[in-house]
Amino acid sequence: MTDSMTALKRLKRSLEKPRPHAGLFALGQESLDERLGGGLARGALHEICADNGKDHAAASGFALMLAQLARMGKPILWVREDKVERHYGRLYAPGLAALGVDPDVIVQVVAPDTLAALRAAADALLVQSLGAVVIEPFGAAKALDLTASRRLVLAAEKSGATAFIVRDSTSGFASAAATRWQVAATSSVALPGNAPGMTSLSVALIRHRGGVIPFDMRMEWNRDQLSFAEPALLRPILAPAQRRPLAA
Amino acid sequence: MPPSRTREGLGEGSAQTLPALPPLTPPARGRGIPPTVFVEKQRGAMRIMAVDAIALEQGIAPGLMLANARALAPDLVVVDHDPAADHALLIALADDCDRFTPMVALDPPQGLILDLTGCCHLRGGQDALVTAIRARFSNVTLCLACAETPDKARAQARYGTVLPVAALDLDDDHHTALKRAGLGLIDDLAARPRAPLAARFGRGMTGKLARVLGEEDHRITPRRVPPALFVMHRFAEPIATSAAAIAIITDMAKEAEIALRERGQGGRCFIISLYRSDGDTRRLSLETGAPTRDPALLIRLLAERIDTLSDPLDPGFGYDAIRLDVPVAEPLGPAQIGMAGEVAAEVQLGGLVDRLSTRLGANRVQRLAGGNSHIPELAGFAVAARAPVLPFPWEQSEPGEPPARPLHLFDPPQRIEVIAEVPDGPPRRFRWRRETRDVVLYEGPERIAAEWWKRRDLKGLTRDYFRIEDQDGRRYWLFRHGLYGSEKPHPDWYLHGLFV
Repeated sequence: MTDSMTALKRLKRSLEKPRPHAGLFALGQESLDERLGGGLARGALHEICADNGKDHAAASGFALMLAQLARMGKPILWVREDKVERHYGRLYAPGLAALGVDPDVIVQVVAPDTLAALRAAADALLVQSLGAVVIEPFGAAKALDLTASRRLVLAAEKSGATAFIVRDSTSGFASAAATRWQVAATSSVALPGNAPGMTSLSVALIRHRGGVIPFDMRMEWNRDQLSFAEPALLRPILAPAQRRPLAA
Repeated sequence: MPPSRTREGLGEGSAQTLPALPPLTPPARGRGIPPTVFVEKQRGAMRIMAVDAIALEQGIAPGLMLANARALAPDLVVVDHDPAADHALLIALADDCDRFTPMVALDPPQGLILDLTGCCHLRGGQDALVTAIRARFSNVTLCLACAETPDKARAQARYGTVLPVAALDLDDDHHTALKRAGLGLIDDLAARPRAPLAARFGRGMTGKLARVLGEEDHRITPRRVPPALFVMHRFAEPIATSAAAIAIITDMAKEAEIALRERGQGGRCFIISLYRSDGDTRRLSLETGAPTRDPALLIRLLAERIDTLSDPLDPGFGYDAIRLDVPVAEPLGPAQIGMAGEVAAEVQLGGLVDRLSTRLGANRVQRLAGGNSHIPELAGFAVAARAPVLPFPWEQSEPGEPPARPLHLFDPPQRIEVIAEVPDGPPRRFRWRRETRDVVLYEGPERIAAEWWKRRDLKGLTRDYFRIEDQDGRRYWLFRHGLYGSEKPHPDWYLHGLFV
């Protein structure tokens, strides 16, 4: 009797602890982490969708930021289709450095098609020395179906590396991903002199396997602290009236 | 005394040029078969460049005009001369000769020189080796000679054992002068004192004479540098399936591993040559980022390599020999295994990079590298992940400042239409991919001069960069190419990158 009780207890505990590699990484923005119950899961697959091609840069930027938060000091493998490179430009190392990500941690794979990209990503997720894998297929990416995504999920769970997929559509496909996000660029808080401000994103959680209720939110990327932050809406903006005496 | 070094010139005599691929059985000679000639247009006339044996018998020699040859043999078969195809065939034959010796040199247009030093005993003596070569090339007209020096072998292959002075390859004037002096044979020259000959015909001629006589040696330059290590298996019965071939390559990789471990070495490049019994040779090369000798890794890379072949491995009638070369060996200590038997992280990542590089091509697996240039597209680029990269001091923006460089860069920049308030001012509105965007926020210009010191005309257009945010909050990096007025009357605008 006591034996079966302890066995039952152990079973219960193992059910509570979902996966061997499961751990969460915090995004740094308190209100966001609170809603997510501490952060996003490592060793899982997260989908980052741009509503249309125009927000692709925002979506892949968000993927880069999440990969940076999830990588635990290990390298990031970035798999892109070569059509992505032609359509949205190539990854630019000084730009990565400007976002606070060390370009030396990136290994980039430029795949000739979606299938080759998925195969490379699945191989990469089996390697325990990678912290994150970002997959950037082009267009509808029909090859990335439920089976393919499930395969990626299993590989990610096994190795503990976190996988991110950047997609150009938000619906019309099935996937086994843990979360699905929709990302769009949003206007930043202007700096003095009407200059574009800090990197700002409008992010919506569309789906969460853990049952978190969908929400949307604006956030800023803090390059110096490598975390997300509340947009500085309350940043003191110098009113023209205050400035005028200086000019006079 | 038997020669200490043996060389063999493999040339063809009568048929001066081979057709693209020789027929399996030589055509029976005799009446009724028309002669074949290969022609090329020279100075407006068709001149014969090469002929077959039948044509030669009928007095048609290279150098004759086609019209004159037609007078001699009206049923002539005329084919266009194709030196490139001849050369390709010669290279194919040279590939096939790698099975006899690793030292094979081309002697274009028709010869091959094989250095047989130390190779004869493997086949049971020089005669047995010559027989093997003759059997192998029974489908081409073969003139073969063995001698102590490459020049002697070459001369004997062309002219037989009694060598005429033509074997010295002199120019026409010198050749005629020798003939007039009554010196028709090399042997006539051999007995004479060399100094007067050198005075009359130049030092080059006496040097060549010494080499043709076998008095002076010179080394051939082999097509391929002999590898640091190679393993070769020959089969009495050809291997007809790819699976069996791979099993044998696995064994060879294990043999190579033992040899490399004894030397404390590893290889970064492995070349597998598959010799098909019909003379075709297939080469597969595998490359790794770090020196290795692990057979399992090699076989995995081989499987990737075979998967990527555009035309799959075709054993045909079977492979009769397989060879594994390690061109260059590098120091490699015994493998270090962690306490729990885990493999080091770098080794794992290196293995992944090797596998992906083999599958997709080395230039598709990249690292991001930096350049010391203020021209944006030269300041950051991608290099093959296996290429050595020095750490680069990446420049970060000032704390609290937004990124000054975009995450995505268009290369080349994309041309856009821009409306600006004043021609040298910031943009107000621009059109990209058939959509108009209003500029809400901007910062600039950041003026970047062209690298005029690298240009011959010491000019080049200055670029004025602007960081732009549009009405939807998307951020762009635009530049005006050329300073308005002073450099260009109507400067063009380009979109160079996308910020997050």
